[in-house]
Order: sequence, then C-alpha cells, then structure tokens
Amino acid sequence: MSEQSDYSRRALLRHIGISLGLGVAGGGVLTAQDAQHVHQAVSEEKAAQKGPYQPKGLTRHEFATLERLSDFIIPADEHSPGALAANAAEFIDFLCSASDEMKDIYTGGIGWLDWMVQHRGDGADFLSAPVDKQTALLDLIAGPEPAPADLQPGVRFFDWARKMVVDAFYTSPIGIRDLGYQGNTAVAEFHVPQAAIDYALKRSPFA
Amino acid sequence: MPAAADMMFDMPQVVRKSQVYDVVVIGSGAGGGTAVKVLTDQGLQVALLEAGPNLNPARDFKEHVWPYQVDHRGAGAHAELYFGRQQWGYFSAPVGYWDIPDEPYTVAPGNQFRWFRSRILGGRTNHYGRISLRFSDYDFQPEDGLSDPWPVTYAEMSPWYDKAEGFIGVTGTKEGLRTAPDGNFLPSISPRVHEVLIQKSCGKLGIPCIPSRMAMLTRSINGRAACHYCGQCGRGCFTASAFSSSQAMIFPAMKTGKLTVFNGAMARELIADDAGKVTAVSYVDKATHTEQQVRCRAVVVAASACESARLLLNSKSPRFPNGIANGSGAVGRYLTDSVGHGVSGYVPALAGMPRHNSDGIDGMHVYVPWWLYDDKRKDFPRGYHIELGGGFHMPMLGSFHGVCAQYKGYGRKLRDHIREEYGASVYFAGRGEMIPNKDSYCDIDPQRTDAWGIPVLRFHFQWSDNEIRQVRHMYQTFTSIVETMGGRVYGSAPDPKTAGISTGGTIIHEAGTVRMGNDPAQSVLNKYCQSHEVSNLFVCDAAPFVSQPDKNVTLSIIAFAWRASEYLAEEMRKGNV
Repeated sequence: MSEQSDYSRRALLRHIGISLGLGVAGGGVLTAQDAQHVHQAVSEEKAAQKGPYQPKGLTRHEFATLERLSDFIIPADEHSPGALAANAAEFIDFLCSASDEMKDIYTGGIGWLDWMVQHRGDGADFLSAPVDKQTALLDLIAGPEPAPADLQPGVRFFDWARKMVVDAFYTSPIGIRDLGYQGNTAVAEFHVPQAAIDYALKRSPFA
Repeated sequence: MPAAADMMFDMPQVVRKSQVYDVVVIGSGAGGGTAVKVLTDQGLQVALLEAGPNLNPARDFKEHVWPYQVDHRGAGAHAELYFGRQQWGYFSAPVGYWDIPDEPYTVAPGNQFRWFRSRILGGRTNHYGRISLRFSDYDFQPEDGLSDPWPVTYAEMSPWYDKAEGFIGVTGTKEGLRTAPDGNFLPSISPRVHEVLIQKSCGKLGIPCIPSRMAMLTRSINGRAACHYCGQCGRGCFTASAFSSSQAMIFPAMKTGKLTVFNGAMARELIADDAGKVTAVSYVDKATHTEQQVRCRAVVVAASACESARLLLNSKSPRFPNGIANGSGAVGRYLTDSVGHGVSGYVPALAGMPRHNSDGIDGMHVYVPWWLYDDKRKDFPRGYHIELGGGFHMPMLGSFHGVCAQYKGYGRKLRDHIREEYGASVYFAGRGEMIPNKDSYCDIDPQRTDAWGIPVLRFHFQWSDNEIRQVRHMYQTFTSIVETMGGRVYGSAPDPKTAGISTGGTIIHEAGTVRMGNDPAQSVLNKYCQSHEVSNLFVCDAAPFVSQPDKNVTLSIIAFAWRASEYLAEEMRKGNV
C-alpha cells in the first residue's frame, strides 16, 4: 500500500508538471485533471491508513486461500515483487463483493479445492496442505495438458483465478513497472528510439 | 401510463415554445455539430436537440487515469466486463450503448444486426477512431455499375473536404494515390517500431503502407492545443487536441449566444404545415416526460443514419402517409455498414524489445489504403483499407487473457511469457465496402414502441457473397503481412462459411438510409442533402450517402454537412427556404 500511494504522489507531481508545461489553450481543462489526481491520491492515502485488509466479499479463509493462489500464479521473481505484494486478492475480493455471480465463482472454486485436498488425504483444506501437495493439485488443473473430466470444475475455476490475478497484478503499480510501460504521460513530441527500431530490425527477416 | 378513459380528460400537454428558431438541428455528432457551427457562424439562431445529457469533459473524461485508481479497475461496478455485459469500456469517452433500456429496436427473424447509439453531446465524435479519409472519384461515380452514382463528383466535394480538414485538423502526407486522395494535411507522426516492420513487410508484398490520416493535432490550430501524445484519444481529450464536435464545434457555438441546446430531448416527429414545410419539431423531454415543441424555419436532421430514417418514417401525416419526405419510398433502404474482419499475430522480432513510450496518437500511425483498384484477378468487387495496431499499451483488464489462454500454467513461466509477449503483438482490421442490397434496410416495427411511445426500428440485414469473398481476401492478406515479418497469426482460420465477417452494425459505420440522388423517384435528398419534397428539411449525417466506400464516413459527414449548411443559410437569405 505505501508503495502504491508513493507511486501516486509521484504520478501526481508529474501530472502537475505536465499542465504547467502545456500552457495556454488547454490550461483550464488540465486544472480539473489535476484536481482529479489530487482527489485520487488522497483517497489512496486514506486507504493506506486503514490497517490490515478486511475482506468485503469473501470469508477470511477464502481470502487467505486466494492470496496463496495469487502467490502461486504470479510469484515474486528477481525483477520485482509478485501478486501478493500487489494485493491482487483485494481486487478480486472487491469484485466478489460487487457481484454475486463473481462471488459464486470464488466461493465455489475455493470450496472445490478444499474438498479435493481432503479427498486426496493431503490435509484439512488447501491452505493447510504441504506446499508440494498444493502444487501437485494445481498442476492437475492448471494445464496446458488437458485434465480428466472429474477435474473440470477445478480447471474452470483456475482459468478464472489465473486471468484475474494476472489482470490485478499487471494493472497495479508494481505490475505496470514490471512490464516497463512508460506512457500515460504528456510529451511535446512523439519520438521512437532508434535503438528499439534497430533491435527489432536486426531480429526480423528484413535484417 | 394513465388508463385509456383517463386520457380522454387528461391528454398530455404539449408545451409549445414561443420562439421560432431559424434552424432546429437534431443530433450533435459530426453532422449536427458541423451544422451548428456553420449556421451560427452565418448568424442564424439555432436550437440543438440532443437525446442525451450535456458533456463536461473535466468530469466525464477519464484521460490519464490509471486502472488502479479505480476500485474495479474498469470492470464496472458489478464486474460486467468479466461476464461480457459491459456496454462500453469504462475508461472510454462516455458515448452510448449497444442496448438502451428505454429505447429498444428489433431485428427481423433470420437477420443479424447490432445498433450502437450515442446519447451525449457530441455523440460518437467524443470517442471515435478519428480516421479521416476522403472518398475517391470512383466512390462517387462507380465504374462497375454495381451501385448508383452519387449526385456529386469528387471535384465538387474536394473544396469541402479542404474546409473540413482545415477545421478539424487531419494528419497525413501527399501520396498521389487515386484510392486515397490527398488532403489539406497537418504533419504526420513517425511510425512506431511494429509499424516500421509492417511497412517493410508490406513493401515486400507490394502493398502501400502510408502515414495515417487522423483528426489529431500534430500542431496547434484554431485555438486547440497540439497533441500531447498520451494515446488516449478514445477516452476523450481534455485539450480537444483530438477532434470532437462537442469541444471543437458546439462549445464555441454556445459562446456566440446564437445556440440554444436542449438536452435529453428525444425527437418524436417533424410537424409540417399545409404547404408541406416543417414548422416545428415535436420531442419528448426525458427528464420531465413531457411533450415539447420547438418551432423553426428549417430543420437539419443529423440523428445518425438509422435514427434519422426512423424520425422521417415516424413523421406521418395525410400529406406524407409513408413518412415525411418519403414519396420515393427510399427512406430506410440501402442500409450498409463497413465490412469488418480482424487478425492478430505474434512477432518474435519485437519480443523483449527495449521499453519506451509508444503511446503516440491513439490508433495507428500508418495504414494501408486500398491498393488493388485496377486488379482484374480478384474475385470480389470494390475494396478495403487496413487499420493496424501494436506497441506497448497501458496494461488493462484483459490485456493478457490471450497469453493466459494460450500458455495456461502459472508461476514464473507465465510471468516470462507475459513479459516477452508484451508489445510483441500486432493486429490488423479490414474495413471494406459493402454494396447496398435489397435485403438490408430498416423499417418501423408495427408492434413496438420505446418508453415514450415512439415506434421503434426493425432491422433487416444480409451480407452478400461479395462481402464474404472480400473478407477471405482480408484474412489472406493479413496472414501474409504477419508471416512476411516473421510472425505467426493467433488462433485458427475462420469458419469458411462466414469467413469471420463482422455482424452488421458492429463496425458502427451505418449509412445510406436517406439517400441523395438526382431522381426524386429514387432518392430522398438532392445533392445538397435537401429533401426533394420538403424544401426546408435537410439531413446531415451518413444517411444521405449513396454507397459505403471503404473509407470511414466521418470526414465525409462533416464535408457534406458543411456544404449543406452553407447552402441552407444562403437559401434562407434568398428567401427560398
């Protein structure tokens, strides 16, 4: 969270810099834009102050399981932190609180995982199973190899969890930085670095 | 609704405004915005009816907002995006809907059509792609005889394109191509890395790939700031550097004191007098649910092609039993949409490329104009242009769903795939000409009305083999371009029967339902977009278009509306209208 509001503060400063730089014709309009960013930065800081996250749509157990899954799906690596640090589970929990259809997917999917762990004799639920048993189960439902018919509910659930954890991570400040997206800013001129053109041409059939 | 008996004593009150406006303009998009600008510039008093709310860019546009600054990150308040129920992208400019709860339409059995409607000041110009292409000489005067000639030539329209481009601002370069006439251009913008590769690939294949022609300001003109290259034109542009009729035409006209805007005003009927001239427009004020009438000396209908046809068809009277200005029976006929087909692919040469800001202007910096006009071997008539994309986009919900579906799995491998494929995809979208056919039209559904009792449109729409064969050609072309640059196309080849052709209406280029022509028995409007039968009635959107050239219609809507509006003002001065 602190990282997120820190990032927003820098984004805010940058945006104010933009409006000063652009001047005349768009001036009045960009003031409103800055106001919007101030507003957003403030609300993020408020969010940062509220202490440990309280799940809104899922139970504590479901939320903790989802956090664990998010850590499996996008783990930290040598480049940057992963989905756990980016609070991916909070985004999904928020949508579960906003949509019963979404909540059913996660409640049902996590219930299925817990039941499967019991059924396989690996523990009381997914969270309490040893890590190697957790990954063994995920390997069965995560593909790319096709899974047997009785595992299809798990396959379907993991498709949802995977794409939404990926969404949550890569739309977070950590994920955006990990990708190296450098836009969403104002520049006086559009410029393509020659090094990037050379890089692609050298690897293309047109080299 | 009151019971029938009550209504006899409690007829809805029609509020008639006392002021007689010189012109009532219905609709505030490209055509209506142009009419408002030109007519107020000419000193006329104008009333503008817009079925949606006013626009406040500072409040309504989400330019520069990061996804994580919104709690649902663009999924919608109830996660609609994930269930395919989102009407329009959350971050996109507020423009309209595929489905409007109070305003249904129907599709005849055995037909498919989707009708996008905008309900906000400025209409679709707040979000549109801003691709600005002149029609060619042969588009106005087809040489193959498959559709009727327009009542104007390219030479007659060229000065109006000059005016339109000079006002809205269009990027481009002089290329001397017959299929893509040159215009009054602002400087073009340099190609992104994937566009450099695509140009080289096209070069090998003998396909032209030239700087795109887009209504974004690479230089400040007409009091609008130059582009700041954030690539978010589709979200609406705070600085109006990307053209919209709301910001560039209507807001300035409001300041002249000559324009009165009625928001939430759903036009019901054009009221004609005994002499057959429009004297007033009847509309529903959505906020108060009341019937209102605004009086006028002339009317410009610019409600979008099908909505304009609907208004004419619903304006029935003893003098005009088939709808006003519809003695020809042509209103609603000749409905077309662009032929659409898309392909995307992965280009290994782009994988792992050094990161840089590739936002630029929203959409493409280069494009492919039609290049086979003289080719006798192709198995379909007319042609298409190619829009293209790629680059390092701002990550959004869904950006990597394709990678997830393709590779499955989880963990470090998934992360590596995403990192590698980010910015290494390209896509191509063909936009081609549909030839008007007798099976594609809209009429009034005899069974249904909207929430205000206005009869709704019923769509009939069929592609012909011409369009199916064109789409097959698109797929082959796009595949060749991707493979020539060392890439591979995602997914499998489309179903041979439909060839992956777009559903009618989904390209949002409807045209042709109130067509112009020299023969009043075959057409509704004359060459000035003026009704043959009702001299003070003009139509200024894509409805007057006789055919659907492979060039997006907006620039032509503006050029025709500009010409029609100057003509109308002159005719009013002469006392002819």
